[in-house]
Amino acid sequence: MFVTPAFAQQGAPANGDTHGAAGNVHTETGVAHGEHGSGVFPPFDQSTYPSQLLWLVITFGFFYLVMQKVIVPRIGGILEHRHDRIAQDLDEASRLKAEADAAVETYEKELAAARGKAGTIAETAREAAKAKANADRAAIEAELSEKLAAAETRIGDIKAKAFAEVGAIAEETASAIVEQLIGPKASTDDVKAAVAAAKVGA
Amino acid sequence: MANDPTHQFQISKIVPIEIGGMDFSFTNASLFMVATVACAAGFLYFSTANRGLIPSRSQSVAEMSYEFIASMLREGAGSHGMKFFPMVFTLFMFVLTANLLGMFPYFFTVTSQIIVTFALAVFVIGTVVVYGFYKHGFHFLNVFVPSGVPGVLLPLVVAIEIISFLSRPISLSVRLFANMLAGHITLKVFAGFVASLGTLGAIGIGGAILPLIMTVALTGLEFLVAFLQAYVFAVLTCMYLNDAVHPGGH
Repeated sequence: MFVTPAFAQQGAPANGDTHGAAGNVHTETGVAHGEHGSGVFPPFDQSTYPSQLLWLVITFGFFYLVMQKVIVPRIGGILEHRHDRIAQDLDEASRLKAEADAAVETYEKELAAARGKAGTIAETAREAAKAKANADRAAIEAELSEKLAAAETRIGDIKAKAFAEVGAIAEETASAIVEQLIGPKASTDDVKAAVAAAKVGA
Repeated sequence: MANDPTHQFQISKIVPIEIGGMDFSFTNASLFMVATVACAAGFLYFSTANRGLIPSRSQSVAEMSYEFIASMLREGAGSHGMKFFPMVFTLFMFVLTANLLGMFPYFFTVTSQIIVTFALAVFVIGTVVVYGFYKHGFHFLNVFVPSGVPGVLLPLVVAIEIISFLSRPISLSVRLFANMLAGHITLKVFAGFVASLGTLGAIGIGGAILPLIMTVALTGLEFLVAFLQAYVFAVLTCMYLNDAVHPGGH
């Protein structure tokens, strides 16, 4: 809507009058139009087309060349490099993680082995200690019983000896008593028989 | 002059050049084409100069625009279309930068000139046609024959396809041109209301608030349009290139 009246307005000075008249009638448009001398709506002013096309080709062509030769390869390179770097870092991270996992696994395995070994050692030590204690006890008991037996034997011997000596002492005593009482010395055989008879009687 | 909404599209010569009776002057339009290229190329060049593994902010923006267009082209034209990546990226950055530069007050908008947008559209369609025939020969004409159409309807469909193909450069160029032109005229008209109402005294100044709000809102909208039209131009370029890469594949 705004285009049409503007177009109509600007058409007026170009149709007939000189620029001087246009300056009076249309103060708002006259100055700019004085330069071109055509009153058409600026974007449709064909007299500007060759210049615009030429400069568009120059500037856009230059821009295109710069983009194609410098900027696109550069940004593409930056992005690719970053992409590679991230992939590389991720690979490295997963490799390190695998390594750490393996280390943890080895550690666990060794720990379990060590624990098992410690258990075995403790068990063996306990068994050995027990066996030694048993052996010691058996040895001591055997020694003691041996000593006991020896002591008993000796006691028996002493007793037997004592008993044997008891006979001799009794005979001596009996013969001495008989001698004292009766006078003559009693025969040894009689005394022996009497003592034996007394021993049996006792 | 201040209130003429079309004055901003006026082309004025800076360095007059004439070759063979044709006017090839270096104009304000040429100046802003140079400025557009300088801004876009300069930004992309210097922001990526460090080639940082961890990007700086500006490098991140450059990379984002690169990946934005790369994914757009890959989705639109497949991996075979990636050979056109520099072209689409260049078109997108050129149109976007030209549109955004045009948002500065007193700056000339390169893309508000129909001849510029038409030339860009013809460049795109020309690439499609030349590459299509070069790569596929007459098989490229399959682009006008959609598969799975009954034989009776075929002439009609082919006619429609040909018309739609021929209208592509026009629709592609007019869409960008008209959006930029209309947006800038609207902005100028509303801003003009503010100025002219402001001269009318207290009531006028009160009344000027409304167009002022409109101008602010429209400026925001125009920034959106500036990006959106560059995006649309690039997306359509990708779709048209898809025809060149895979004719008859739609």
